Amino acid sequence: MMLEAKNVHKTFEGTEILKGIDLTVDRGDVVAILGPSGSGKTTFLRCLNFLERADSGELIFDGTHVDLHAATRREIAAIRRKTAFVFQNYNLFLNKTVLENVTLGPVVGMKIPRDKARETAVQALARVGMADRLDSYPSQLSGGQQQRVAIARALATGPEIIYFDEPTSALDPELIGEVLSVMRSLAEDGMTMLIVTHEMDFARHVSSKVLFMEHGAVIESGPTQEFFERPREERSRAFIRSILQARE
Amino acid sequence: MNERLLGILVDSFPKLLSYGIRVTLPLTALSFALALVVSVAVALVQYANVRVLRQICRFYIWIIRGTPLLVQLYLVFYGLPSVGIKLEAYTAAVLVFGFNEGAYMAETMRGALESVSVGQMEAGYCVGLSYLQIMAHVVLPQAFRTAFPALSNSLISMLKGTSLAATITVMEMFRQAQVINGRVYESLGLYSEVALIYLAICTLLTHLQRIGEKKLAGYGGAAK
Repeated sequence: MMLEAKNVHKTFEGTEILKGIDLTVDRGDVVAILGPSGSGKTTFLRCLNFLERADSGELIFDGTHVDLHAATRREIAAIRRKTAFVFQNYNLFLNKTVLENVTLGPVVGMKIPRDKARETAVQALARVGMADRLDSYPSQLSGGQQQRVAIARALATGPEIIYFDEPTSALDPELIGEVLSVMRSLAEDGMTMLIVTHEMDFARHVSSKVLFMEHGAVIESGPTQEFFERPREERSRAFIRSILQARE
Repeated sequence: MNERLLGILVDSFPKLLSYGIRVTLPLTALSFALALVVSVAVALVQYANVRVLRQICRFYIWIIRGTPLLVQLYLVFYGLPSVGIKLEAYTAAVLVFGFNEGAYMAETMRGALESVSVGQMEAGYCVGLSYLQIMAHVVLPQAFRTAFPALSNSLISMLKGTSLAATITVMEMFRQAQVINGRVYESLGLYSEVALIYLAICTLLTHLQRIGEKKLAGYGGAAK
C-alpha cells in the first residue's frame, strides 16, 4: 500500500464537511473521487496535501505516519515532495513562462541543477504536448493548454502520486478532451492518481477505483467496474442514475 | 521680455539644471530607494500578519499619514538636535522623504500583495517551495507589477517634494533658484524657470513609466 488516510475530519465554521473519511491507494491506482457538489471531495483532497488543515485524521504515506492535524512543517514538506497537485484553476505562476513554471519548483525548491531541471521540464512538457510553447506566458494560453502545463509542472517534480482537483471543471467544453487525454495517457503509464471529478465517462473508463462521497461521508468505495455496474448502495445507484439522466 | 531678464534666465539655466541633476535627482533616488525598502518591509509584515510588528507598522503609518511632510522635516532637522540627535541636512531630508513616502507606498504594496491570488501561494507549496521562496519568486514580482503605476506616481510626487528640502538648508535646485533670486529679484522669471525644469523631469519620468508598464505587460493580464 502506498497511501492510506484514516478517519479524516474537518469542520468549517460549525459545519461538518468531512465526517471521518478513509481511503487506501496502491501504487498504480487511479482513484476517482465522485459525488455531488458540496460533498467534501475537494476539501478531502486538499487536506491530504495540507492545503487545508484537517481537524483530525491520519495519513500513512510509504509507511510513514503523519497526523493530518498536527503535522510539523518538516513532515508537511516531506509529504509534498512526494506528491503533486493539479488545481481546478491551474494556478500557473502568472509572472513565469511555461518553462519557468515547470522548472521553478525543481530549481529553487529542490536545488536541482538548472540544466537537468530544464531537460526534465522539456520532457514533461513534450508529454503533455506543450513543448512548443516554452516561452509563452500563462495568459497567452487557452485554459486547456494552461492545465496541460500545470500537469507537466506536477510531473516534473517527480511525484509518487498526483492529486487532481476537478481538473476540467473550469474549462470550456471543447477544451476538456485534450486534458483528459493527457490524464488517460498518464494512467496508462502507471502513474498513481487521485482525481476529484465530475467527468463520469472518464471516471468509468480510466479509473481503477471509485470513492463515492455524499455529505462529507464515504457512501461506497471499490473497484470502478463494480461501482458502475453493481452499486451496493441505493445512494450510489441514485447518483449514477441522475448522471445518466442529465445526459439525455 | 526685457534683455536683462533674458540674460538672467540664460545664465541661471545651466546652473539650475546642474543642481537638478547633481542634487535633486540623487536626493530623489536615495529617498525613493529607502521608501521602497521601508514599504516592502512594512507591507510584508502586515501581509504575513506578524503580531507585534504589525502593530508597530500600523502606528508608523498612522503617524506619518497624519502629519504634514514639512512639519516632519522641521521636527527631524531643527527639533531632534535638542535631544542630542544631530543630522546633516541632506541626511535628514533623505530619512524624512524616505519614511514619509514609504508609509504611503506600504499601503500600495499591501494592496498589491493582497491582490495576488491565494492559488499562487498554494501552487508554490505544492511544487516544493518554501514561504520565502514563493514570496521572492512569485508573489512579490506580481505585486510589484500591480503596484508599478502607483509607485511611479510616488516617485514623481517625491521628486517634486524634494524642493521642501530647501527649507532645511539643503542646497538643491529650488534652493539654488531662491539664492539667485535673492541677488537679482526676478521671482516670476526664475521660479517659472525652475518650475519648467521640474516639469521637464516629471514628463521624462512619466514617459519612462509608460515604457516600464509596456514592458511589464509582457506576461499579459491578471489571473482568469
